[in-house]
Amino acid sequence: MHHDFIDRYSRLASPVHSLDPRAKIAALFTLIIVCVITPPEEWWPFCIYAAMVVVIAAASRLPAKYLLTRVLVVLPFIVVVAIFVPFMHKGGPSFDLGLFHVSQDGLIILWGVTIKALISVACLVLLSATTPFNDLMHGFERLRVPHFFTTAAAFMYRYIFVIIDEAERMGRARDSRNFHGRWLWQAGVVGRMAGTLFLRSHERAERVFEAMSSRGFDGTFPRWQEGKMRAADCVFIAMVASTAIAARLVVLWK
Amino acid sequence: MIPLAHEIAVRVTDLSYRYPDGTGALSGVDLVVRRGESVGILGPNGAGKSTLALHLNGILSGDGHVEIMGLPVNKKNIREIRSMVGLVFQDPDDQLFSPTVREDVAFGPLNQRLEPEQVDHVVSRALRWVGMEGAEKRSPFHMSFGEKKRIALATVLAMDPEILVLDEPVSNLDPRGRRTFTELIDSLNVTKLIITHDLEMARSTCNRLVVMDGGTVVADGQPSSILGDPELLERHGLM
Repeated sequence: MHHDFIDRYSRLASPVHSLDPRAKIAALFTLIIVCVITPPEEWWPFCIYAAMVVVIAAASRLPAKYLLTRVLVVLPFIVVVAIFVPFMHKGGPSFDLGLFHVSQDGLIILWGVTIKALISVACLVLLSATTPFNDLMHGFERLRVPHFFTTAAAFMYRYIFVIIDEAERMGRARDSRNFHGRWLWQAGVVGRMAGTLFLRSHERAERVFEAMSSRGFDGTFPRWQEGKMRAADCVFIAMVASTAIAARLVVLWK
Repeated sequence: MIPLAHEIAVRVTDLSYRYPDGTGALSGVDLVVRRGESVGILGPNGAGKSTLALHLNGILSGDGHVEIMGLPVNKKNIREIRSMVGLVFQDPDDQLFSPTVREDVAFGPLNQRLEPEQVDHVVSRALRWVGMEGAEKRSPFHMSFGEKKRIALATVLAMDPEILVLDEPVSNLDPRGRRTFTELIDSLNVTKLIITHDLEMARSTCNRLVVMDGGTVVADGQPSSILGDPELLERHGLM
């Protein structure tokens, strides 16, 4: 497993990649929030939101297949959660399908949940696929997201691979001693391995902290190199946010 | 001969330490290191070498007295002490925690409150010293073990320490990596304390050797006299 897993396309060159992370966070989160609070009875605002996502995706030059597979990952969850709503929903007009009644309101709920989830996830995939993880965390930090969250995420990103390597080494050492993991009584071995892995990670965390303290770390991360928002960043935020908000307002006033 | 006060880089007096679980690690360590010396610390596993190193910049504090460049190691002086004592850990994965080399090397200087323009300069200088110029944007995770070792050294050199403490600097390196890393350490003009099992390195790099065992100093002298005493080496698990 490699860092590519997260950062495979985040270092491409494109107009979207070169935007300030804060601009991308602000614009795409605005789009997500506006999308989520749009009532699902109107379908056209969602076409506008989806079109915006498609335009940004096209400008980012990310492979379409990569984006689609990432976005479609959420579909099974939606299916499990919302697929029964049209059958269970009571009240309002419904269609008789013999065995089942399909509620019209229920269908609208299903449509709303699905389209909102897909657009929101597409925004997040765009954000993470066009911004190196590290810059993304800096962006959140500079938007006043508490250090605790960004630091925890950054450390996870740095050490998850070290820990996975450690787990793989333990697994290999275990299998070399003819462990097959087929029998229930061997489950205990796996449990103890998980415990050992936890202890080792804990010890490593202490050593990392000691190494940081040795270099003068006093609990606050030093700030460095504050990039400035450029005109392009402001234009991006203004365009995405104003289009989304305008669509939402038209729905409100109609 | 008693060294003059201003010549003393490290003075450890009657230092004892017990880990929270009760394991005794140090018992009555006395050690004086003069400026410019290159002292090798030898000893079997569990002799207390790394524990001693962690006392030199106040990560651990046991009973006894530790002085760095005449300054007692305590809470009040901790910032100055950590600027003066550069500790390079054994496992570079413990030392390198940032997503990019540049951020990791800049971490110490930024904690020293250097101006951002200076930091850039200091970072590229430190990387040049360890022969890793141009590696700023790389991720430490993707590097070979030898490269990680070099970067770990650079993160400490960037702070411009007076005293360099290296914990097992050449362990796990292949023979060529061992040789080039030893040469790199030789080329650094600071006071050095080198914890090592590598007698070859101890011979070539150090001008004084200290043997520790059971949490205390059991021998102290010229490399030729320590390494020329097979009985001593045998007794303390070094041969």
